[in-house]
Amino acid sequence: MASMTMAKALNTALADAMLDDDRVVVFGEDVGQLGGVFRITDGLAARFGDTRCFDTPLAEAGIVGFAVGLAMSGLRPVVEIQFDAFGYPAFEQIASHVAKLRNRTRGALTAPIVIRIPYAGGIGGVEHHCDSSEAYYAHTPGLKVVTPATVADAYSLLRSAIDDPDPVVFLEPKKLYFASAETQLPARTEPFGRAVVRRPGTDGTLVAYGPAVPVALAAAEAAQAEGWNLEVVDVRTIVPFDDDTVAASVRKTGRCVVVHEAQGFAGVGAEIAARMQERCFHSLHAPVLRVAGLDIPYPAPMLEHTHLPSVDRVLDAVARLQWDDQPDERWVAA
Amino acid sequence: MTTTPRAVRRKTRPAAPPDPARPLLPASAQIRLLDPAGTLLPAHPDYPAPPVEVLVELYRRMVLGRRFDLQATALTKQGRLAVYPSARGQEACQVGAMLALRDDDWVFPTYRESMALTARGIDPVEVLTLLRGDWHCGYDPAVRRTAPQCTPLATQCVHAAGLAYGEAHQGRDTVALAFLGDGATSEGDFHEGINFAAVFKAPVVYFIQNNEYAISVPLSRQTAAPSLAYKGVGYGVPSERVDGNDPVAVLAVLTRAVAHARAGHGPFLVEAHTYRMEPHTNADDAARYRDADEVASWQDRDPVVRLETYLRDRGALDDTTVARVAAQAEEHAADLRERMHDKPTVDPMTLFDHVYAEPTPQLVEQRAQVRAELAADQEGAG
Repeated sequence: MASMTMAKALNTALADAMLDDDRVVVFGEDVGQLGGVFRITDGLAARFGDTRCFDTPLAEAGIVGFAVGLAMSGLRPVVEIQFDAFGYPAFEQIASHVAKLRNRTRGALTAPIVIRIPYAGGIGGVEHHCDSSEAYYAHTPGLKVVTPATVADAYSLLRSAIDDPDPVVFLEPKKLYFASAETQLPARTEPFGRAVVRRPGTDGTLVAYGPAVPVALAAAEAAQAEGWNLEVVDVRTIVPFDDDTVAASVRKTGRCVVVHEAQGFAGVGAEIAARMQERCFHSLHAPVLRVAGLDIPYPAPMLEHTHLPSVDRVLDAVARLQWDDQPDERWVAA
Repeated sequence: MTTTPRAVRRKTRPAAPPDPARPLLPASAQIRLLDPAGTLLPAHPDYPAPPVEVLVELYRRMVLGRRFDLQATALTKQGRLAVYPSARGQEACQVGAMLALRDDDWVFPTYRESMALTARGIDPVEVLTLLRGDWHCGYDPAVRRTAPQCTPLATQCVHAAGLAYGEAHQGRDTVALAFLGDGATSEGDFHEGINFAAVFKAPVVYFIQNNEYAISVPLSRQTAAPSLAYKGVGYGVPSERVDGNDPVAVLAVLTRAVAHARAGHGPFLVEAHTYRMEPHTNADDAARYRDADEVASWQDRDPVVRLETYLRDRGALDDTTVARVAAQAEEHAADLRERMHDKPTVDPMTLFDHVYAEPTPQLVEQRAQVRAELAADQEGAG
């Protein structure tokens, strides 16, 4: 076992996939000589040549559309969008072509493309560098949407994404890139469509994914001191979503808080909350709550700590889970 | 169709150096080999006229294409198609482009290329599936080497670049031809596509049918450039303009463009000046934005008549052949009418096919729900 960063695990996953399958090509902005602004593609161009890992013109719709054509020719493109908010010019290619190619052609053409996107905040980035864009992609049928929270998952989920017959939007939490863990590669973890209990508990369930998972785990540790034994479920693959694992936890604990960085309104947390109340209504002792980013444009770096879900904010939500059978005073009509 | 050589993977074909004979700027005038009356002009040094037997075949497919187009418009009026964007008047471009390609080349059509796709040999019923409304694409794009018809105007320009690069990457000498209209040259994806193709020397021919209008908006609102063919220059892509109603010139220019791409010189841009004789679709009222005199002036430049006149003058076409081709066109039209007569049966359960390779648990649930709803409906009806 060696201590390894998520960045290194992702880099290794790319290299191993390229070694196993010469159809895998990696491209995007600054991914060649430089190795990517986060160095996730470090060394790939030197090792595999610049027909396997190469820089492109600075044009995200072009990058994703080019990948569609490459996939049509039989290759397995893995593209990097440099930062979350830089993905928006590619949205038409993603929503109208990547996501729909299989459907439009009744399976004759497919788009086994991985779109890697460093996403979310917490790194002091200036505007347009910190968005949590997962809801846009999760709302688009035909895409899978994946986000790792652990080093082992980063490797394994990326390998699974590259092997997957369908397009995958692979969201890499920037603030976890250089977090490390004792990990032996090649690690293989649970497949797509499986959520994982990261911390068992009995009194309530925190549901989180990507950069919110460490926050949820820290909150669960802190809650222990308050007498609440919380379970933490890591969603891992937003699409396909694992209703069964999340619902089993919520039924067991009877209480649920969903935590994510993205703004809450019409976000993935709303979907999860709805699905849990549909499935677990008779087991719930309190409404499903959400702790999400504020419904504001992503703030300037000096203000982002107020925006992002914090351990305290998660604990405040947990405290409102009607432990004394009193309704949440915020929702009682005046 | 000839069989497609599915070559085993070889190392990437080296890109050829720039073609020194090719200036980037188009010729100052449209390339024209036949005058509007159908008389052969003096030989062009760069664009020899294609062999006469090829031109007779071009004529035949243009006649079939026009008859198909008229039939599709009629079917729309009868409610058999949801909508039909006609290409009448653009036969030289629609058919000429197909004759410039090999069967194993790839085509990236837009919604206006139904005629072109039938000229490529795709079953017209499969071509019209999109517009009839039973699925988004009726033919098998992998087998026909033809992407699904693209409605978002310019997104196919990037796909063509990727496909062509990917084919070259795997050692195949496939060329991709992307159709687009004058309006699509304003879309960002046209620019990103041609730029990617140029940077990666992808063998793509970008073929703009400039038919003067993007629905109602005239060309003067799309560009201030002297010609759409000038748009290649900034990307380092050689370009040419051609009289799009001169079938001989269209085929000659596209043949050279395809050869340029196949030789590894990278992409080539062709702008064909043509005119759609019909409204944008059956649902459009062209009288609101163009006058009858303008339409009539293009009637005099009819590409089918022009080629027929030339071939008759050359002795390559006689009354018998013309009548035989016309009869064949009628036969095809009758066959299409017959096969489009009945509404196709569509199965709602197929809605869940082909969303993913394997349906998600959520789709499995929804499929069960719809199946139960359909069963209940049937019970209620029975």
